[in-house]
Amino acid sequence: MNDLDDISSLIVRMADRLNTLTREAGRDNPVLVGIHTGGVWIAEQLHSRLDIGEPLASLDISFYRDDFTRIGMNPVVKPSQMPFSIDDRHIILVDDVLHTGRTIRAALNELFDYGRPASIVLAVLVERGGRELPVEANVVGTHVELKPDEHIKLSGPDPLVLEVRQAP
Amino acid sequence: MSPTNTPSTDTTLIHGGRVIDPANRIDDRVDVCIADGRIIAVGTAPDGFTPTHKIDATGHIVCPGLVDLCARVREPGQEHKATIASESVAAAGGGITTLCCPPDTDPVIETPADIELIRLRARSSGNTRIVTLGALTHGLGGERLSEMAALKQAGCVGISNALQPLANTRVQRRALEYAATFDLTVFLYANDHDLSANGCAHEGKVATRMGLPGIPEAAETAAVARDLALIEQTGIRAHFCRLTTGRAVNMVARARFDGVPVTADVAIPYLYLTEIDVSDFDSNCHVIPPLRTTGDRQRLRDALQRGTFSALCSDHQPHEPDAKLGPFPVTEPGISGLDTLLPLALRLVDENAIELGDLIHRLTAGPATILGLSAGTLSIDAPADICIFDPDQTWQLEPGTMNSNGLNTPFMGWELKGRVTHTLLGGHVVHQP
Amino acid sequence: MKHRNLQIGEDGGLRHFLCISGLNTELLVHILDTAESFTGVSEQTVKKVPLLRGKTIVNLFFEASTRTRTTFELAAKRLSADVLNINITQSATAKGESLLDTLRNLEAMHVDMFVVRHADSGAAHFIAGKVAPHVSVINAGDGRHSHPTQAMLDMFTIRRIKGPDFGRLRVAIVGDIMHSRVARSQINALNLLNTGDVRIVAPKTLIPVHSEALGVHVFHDLREGIRDADVIIMLRLQHERMSGALLPSEHEYYELFGVTEEKLAVAKPDVTIMHPGPINRGVEMDSEVADGSHSVILEQVTHGIAVRMAVMSMAMHHREDSPE
Repeated sequence: MNDLDDISSLIVRMADRLNTLTREAGRDNPVLVGIHTGGVWIAEQLHSRLDIGEPLASLDISFYRDDFTRIGMNPVVKPSQMPFSIDDRHIILVDDVLHTGRTIRAALNELFDYGRPASIVLAVLVERGGRELPVEANVVGTHVELKPDEHIKLSGPDPLVLEVRQAP
Repeated sequence: MSPTNTPSTDTTLIHGGRVIDPANRIDDRVDVCIADGRIIAVGTAPDGFTPTHKIDATGHIVCPGLVDLCARVREPGQEHKATIASESVAAAGGGITTLCCPPDTDPVIETPADIELIRLRARSSGNTRIVTLGALTHGLGGERLSEMAALKQAGCVGISNALQPLANTRVQRRALEYAATFDLTVFLYANDHDLSANGCAHEGKVATRMGLPGIPEAAETAAVARDLALIEQTGIRAHFCRLTTGRAVNMVARARFDGVPVTADVAIPYLYLTEIDVSDFDSNCHVIPPLRTTGDRQRLRDALQRGTFSALCSDHQPHEPDAKLGPFPVTEPGISGLDTLLPLALRLVDENAIELGDLIHRLTAGPATILGLSAGTLSIDAPADICIFDPDQTWQLEPGTMNSNGLNTPFMGWELKGRVTHTLLGGHVVHQP
Repeated sequence: MKHRNLQIGEDGGLRHFLCISGLNTELLVHILDTAESFTGVSEQTVKKVPLLRGKTIVNLFFEASTRTRTTFELAAKRLSADVLNINITQSATAKGESLLDTLRNLEAMHVDMFVVRHADSGAAHFIAGKVAPHVSVINAGDGRHSHPTQAMLDMFTIRRIKGPDFGRLRVAIVGDIMHSRVARSQINALNLLNTGDVRIVAPKTLIPVHSEALGVHVFHDLREGIRDADVIIMLRLQHERMSGALLPSEHEYYELFGVTEEKLAVAKPDVTIMHPGPINRGVEMDSEVADGSHSVILEQVTHGIAVRMAVMSMAMHHREDSPE
């Protein structure tokens, strides 16, 4: 549980691993794409540590969710910001928590509506069990074990705090 | 189903019921004796009277068979909606032994042959008597007079241009004068067609909100004013059909007070429904003339109670389902009303809008007088047209409990109180449980 | 009132969008907020979201209309839906196919949503009452009764320019209120959003009886009606009004009720001018006003797409049992 209190350390570790990964794979000039809202906060933190030229891009995946019909409309949708072309680029996709994998699936769909990237790696702050789709992160800040009725939430942007809560 | 021209050879005793015959001022628990299709005694049975038939009317009311001033039976020409056969069964089920049908059939009732056709069909189904109004103008076109003398000769009980307009007031004056020559009563539908134009609902708060083309109150009152002037000018005996506005009622009441020979009737839906019932575009509430305000409804009830309206009718207009399936303005207007006339009328008594005796008058002797018929009474020697009903029996209006071919009624699903148990026509039982 | 039951699904969400009356303030605000999120989509490089992918939307137009139909078509396509445009002219219906038959035939092709425009008041309501449980109906204008998407895009426009507090606004609607489904819907929406002062301005012949029942103040003088107004909505004057003995001439109407820069002086300095379109220049207003700084007529058109995307996606995703 210590890990959850020291988010900046986690982020430093993630930045190190990302640097290593992109260098070893020969992926030049990667760009960062954060998933609203928590993923964007993490990506902002990573952006300054990763020395990336392009501005941060952000995705709101509300319109791409597969459980859309069950939760109804989320009216507070921020438009996705993609200030550069992603064709043939190496993308670092960032989210706060990896759980079922559905958010990432939606984000991938949306990215491919924008163009055809050369590669995508996934970096998440927290990985917890409970995958419902074959999705895994390349870089993980920390792994946690949670009970089925617990969920973990990142609040922010300043300070960034991770909390474990009982599901309502 | 026995033909109505052959009187029953049964002798019948109706016993134990409360007999209400307003024409003869009877409201008493007495027996009614019938022989050869006629009423031979109300009260003590004559010596030697041995009934072959007994009807136990204990707890029930026995009154003259109802006389419905206006019911469309859709023959000839609109048999896809209903037929004389089907609607006369509904009439019998509703305690109605005489009904009057307006001339707007297809073809229009304007020759003796048309009148005879309807009479024959009614006779062969044998469940109710049907009298007819002849057309005032040729084809109801409002320009050329019809052969009113021939129509009267053939037995029409009055003359009318139904809902169709007359070309102008000059033609209207001439038509009324011609009808007066033959002492025919003219049945007027007071409606100024230029004011009502394409309207389908009362021009008021609800139509304004709903964006429905409106029919202003003035469409009725302007016409009544004009018609009253012409009635006085021509000396015609006239009847206003289905008035809907309090203002028009006042005008007619004043004219009657002044001795003008004019009568008026109201149709039962207008004593319950108002413009508010159109708020959800329910095409079953699409009627012409339109449902008016709650204020009008109250004044109509008052006028019925006071006798300004001497008759209460069903204004029965059965339709096939397609006629009501569409956006409100393009649906056909009209409510199917034979099945509900009596129970809805009785409800007025429960709501203290009118006394039972007066109500029965408005359903029997009142309309009979307007039609110039000797029906609507239990007088000695009158044809035994009788309605026996249980005033307390409750039932639900559903497609299964309706007898008319037309199921187009906004009262569908209502719980009703009062049900006909027996209807006799010329001594024959044409309806029983 | 049956209206309300038809429009609202079991989960309290929008099932059909037929008219403003019968809805509540929260739902209206929800529509406006949802539309807000869709404006972003039109500004993205990829102007599409997959929300209604695989769904079939039929534009069932019994009244000709290029403008409204195009907006609905664009909105549907931006939601990735398949769109079918059916224009049923008077002559086609005269051949005998009833409205109900047309509907049944289309339903047999498994469509998910009808956008309906019809000349008779109550038409959309009638269709909504007849469709299968998983099908939604959006009213694109029925007779004189209602044009709810137009009203919503107008409210959206007002909110964007004047802020969310309608209580401090004076809104004047000028023109043929009597025959206008747009006006009726706008009045309902303005009242539901608790607008401070809603006014209608027109000669007596163009104002329906009992208009106070709509919840408005009535004016027959333009200057009085638009005095200190924050928003002025102009309605289109149709040529038929002259032949119906409702107005003597367009000239006299323009003299009395046409909005010019000079007459605008009595309104608030930052008054917003709106018009559902198409404009009759020189009748409802002159070109100076139509093209001037107060006018947001073109923005209304842009907003129309976002609002229709919002309403269509909300209605399509109502939680009735739908077949897979």
